[in-house]
Amino acid sequence: MEYDTAFKTISDLGRLLATREISSVELTHDYLRRIEQYDRRIGAYLAVTADLAVDQAECADRLLARGEGGPLTGIPMALKDILSTRGLPTTCGSRILEKYIPQYSATVVEKLERAGAVLLGKTNMDEFAMGSSNEHSAFRPVRNPWDFDRVPGGSSGGSAAAVSAGMAAFALGTDTGGSIRQPASLTGTVGLKPTYGRVSRYGLVAFASSLDQVGPITRSVRDAALVLQVIAGWDPRDSTTARADVPDYVAALDGGIRGLRLGLPIEYFGEGMSPGVEARIRSAVDAFRDLGATVEEISLPHTHYGISTYYVISPAEAMANLARYDGVRFGLSSAGCDIWETYANTRQAGFGREVKRRILLGAYALSAGYYDAYYLKAQKVRTLVKAELDRAFQRFDALLAPTSPTVAFKIGEKAGDPLQMYLSDVYTVPANMAGNTGLSVPAGLSEGLPVGLQILGRQLDEATVLRVGHAFEEATGYSADRPDLSAAAPA
Amino acid sequence: MTGVQGQGLEPVIGLEVHAQLLTRSKMFCGCSATYSGTPPNTHVCAVCSGMPGALPVINRAAVDMAVLAALALNCRIAEQSKFDRKNYSYPDLPKGYQISQYDMPIGIEGRLNFDLAGETRSCRLVRVHLEEDTGKLIHAAESGREYSLVDYNRSGVPLIEIVSEPDLRSPEEARRFFVELRRILMFIGVNDGNLQEGSLRADVNVSVRRPDGSFGTKVEIKNLNSFRSVQRALEYEIDRQRAVLGRGELLEQETRGWLEDEEVTVSQRTKEHAHDYRYFPEPDLPPLLLTGERVSALRESLAELPADREKRFIAEYGLRPQTASLLTDDRLLADYFEEAVSAAGPVDPSRVANWVTGDVLRVLHEIDAAPGGPQLPARSVGAIVSLVERGTISGAAGKTVLETVAATHESPDEVVRRLNLAQLVDPRALEELAESVLRENPRLVQAFAKNPRVLEALVGKAISASGSKASPALLRSIMEERLQRADVR
Repeated sequence: MEYDTAFKTISDLGRLLATREISSVELTHDYLRRIEQYDRRIGAYLAVTADLAVDQAECADRLLARGEGGPLTGIPMALKDILSTRGLPTTCGSRILEKYIPQYSATVVEKLERAGAVLLGKTNMDEFAMGSSNEHSAFRPVRNPWDFDRVPGGSSGGSAAAVSAGMAAFALGTDTGGSIRQPASLTGTVGLKPTYGRVSRYGLVAFASSLDQVGPITRSVRDAALVLQVIAGWDPRDSTTARADVPDYVAALDGGIRGLRLGLPIEYFGEGMSPGVEARIRSAVDAFRDLGATVEEISLPHTHYGISTYYVISPAEAMANLARYDGVRFGLSSAGCDIWETYANTRQAGFGREVKRRILLGAYALSAGYYDAYYLKAQKVRTLVKAELDRAFQRFDALLAPTSPTVAFKIGEKAGDPLQMYLSDVYTVPANMAGNTGLSVPAGLSEGLPVGLQILGRQLDEATVLRVGHAFEEATGYSADRPDLSAAAPA
Repeated sequence: MTGVQGQGLEPVIGLEVHAQLLTRSKMFCGCSATYSGTPPNTHVCAVCSGMPGALPVINRAAVDMAVLAALALNCRIAEQSKFDRKNYSYPDLPKGYQISQYDMPIGIEGRLNFDLAGETRSCRLVRVHLEEDTGKLIHAAESGREYSLVDYNRSGVPLIEIVSEPDLRSPEEARRFFVELRRILMFIGVNDGNLQEGSLRADVNVSVRRPDGSFGTKVEIKNLNSFRSVQRALEYEIDRQRAVLGRGELLEQETRGWLEDEEVTVSQRTKEHAHDYRYFPEPDLPPLLLTGERVSALRESLAELPADREKRFIAEYGLRPQTASLLTDDRLLADYFEEAVSAAGPVDPSRVANWVTGDVLRVLHEIDAAPGGPQLPARSVGAIVSLVERGTISGAAGKTVLETVAATHESPDEVVRRLNLAQLVDPRALEELAESVLRENPRLVQAFAKNPRVLEALVGKAISASGSKASPALLRSIMEERLQRADVR
């Protein structure tokens, strides 16, 4: 029997698998065929692990036949190529790690393997997660499935494009300044950045350690809850994970949002915001009022400092995190006449322009004489941003905002202007600075392109954010919008 | 030696000592911290080899040992401290940064007292902080091509760095400071004191100035791995600085290395080329919080420190300072001695000390055993000393018993019985023995009046006649009494 499995949610696929109407092997082949068909054009994958996927699917089928397994057993997924996978290349979208094969798997990867998910491949990304358009991939850009001339957002652009184009049932991304939410917004998918510490970073190749967080990109809020359920929790190997119970996220989806207090930060509707995006968000606000929630405006004046602060702290951490790529133990090594020249040659050849730019920014911000003016000042502002959000969450159960000020922009449009590119993250960065959770859900189309609604929540309160997103999704049905891929199909 | 023109300039010296902690596992991962004698890169994992995505986890035992050391060095313990990244590139540093403590160390403002020519000196300490050791480079050459290999077994081994104030005024003082510091760290069981293998190593900072003038230009000498090299390097460097200033030239702030064979320091890095380490808080680790209870428990577990114990040994046991110092160099030996004293019962403890520092250490060395092990228990030593002091066995027999106990693990009493070593102490039997020896040696007896020293010859003959069993002391007093009576008659 033929099923159009490409755009089904995990929950729907799970039902088909559980009733054995379709096997995981069949499902996996469906997805591999779609990757074959479309990814030449889209470029979401850096590596497709077809043989491994079929092996894992066979394994999953045996479990499912015995009536065992969980909600992710047999479900085909994609992983951002910054998550360490034992025995499989993990490039971080960088030449410097092109040949690097990790000896261990990230905690989240182990958890998903144990849950029986099937790995289709590793997805494209901005090099070391530095970028908002996926144009900074050292290998090739990713095209937005909604318009191949446009970017999918970044840095988890490959993961978002794969889910959006029906080339994976779900994917993991990472979010340091918006790298899950912004591409989800630009590709019409659901993207969740969990609270800092909710999900283990062990095996996530670090960009900015105090900001990085792993999260799902899915086709529904329920799916995001299902994936978070599996990957969340304290990890003895990551000292920054929270020792807090993991609630039942799926159970928390239901019950509606009547009486919930939602805040609308006025600073999130500022200069640079496209009218089409604003209209979608205002319309979303109306939908929430219709659902029985209260929506009130609130001022978060420190929002404006988010981006500049972020571009001091994250490069500083990145400068140290990227120092290990020295050509000595793994990855690219471009030998020179002595160790210093080997370092220089390796980095010169291995790092792209944006990565070099950020290493320099970070080294400058931390250098003697400038530390107080830049790094220390940024940390103080970060404290203020966090305090401001904490105060807001005393009044509100969640905050509503646009995820990105614009819809997907054209490939090359901002590539020559780093500052314009950095402003793509203006609404997503504050959640990283404060460590809070944020969800992007589809809020309809503008100019034929997806717009994302961002729902920000309290620390460790993914449950409320997911409930709000789920209610919106049920009421509006925007998550069911799909791109027209006919232009990508080989003639 | 000293340059004449620079004479009168006073040295100002401070030390930075790195000590590896004796934990089983490394500072931030579960790998074994043992690296001596291990094949290269066998005690490594993703964390200590700096693999992408690996994260550090703080070793609790290392924190406890650092707190113990800081307490032993009279530091305040920071309830909250943190780790920082010290950024620099070198192949033995796999992450490209060292996790260390920058502005919030675990121990603050300590003091170390030490002895210099019988006088107590004191040096203030700036801080004690925790960090991780680096790997080791092995330089090699093959068909004329030189290359280096890296061994990461040492990478991530926990270290404490102890930084002194510049309170020291002579190379000898610096050496004594380092000796006492080593003794304390070994005594509290946090460091093995092995200077050769680098588990304890010192950097020194030295400048010279006019007495009570402002500080001069500081020079750092790195990686001194013996007490001698600390002293010699400082002596050389002070002479050099005095000579430079004596010539009217200026000193440069720099890092110098000590060439052990040539006995000179050479410039390695000047201030312009000094590293900017770009320290910033380690985002992969939470702040290091120490509860009052944890610190109190560690404080209670901290044994009496060597200097205090040395003083107590002198006061309580009447030991000579030299003996007390020797016994308190090693905590195990000090414990061993005290256990032997209590096992010996009512015996002068200095007699026990003589045995322990003499024959007991010799025998332990011969059987390659540490004090406190099962081969030669302290209570056996106490029993042997007691047997000798009570006259049950002779001193010579005591040594025999000691060696036999170490070899056979019998009790001293068993050895004395089995080898029939008990002395003849019965007065009636000794009287008879003395009588017969005097009878058999009339010429010696006659000679006694003129030459009392013949007593020794007579006692010797009596001891031989007893098969070395007779108690020399008792025999001597009996014979002396007899001879004097004979004399009177």
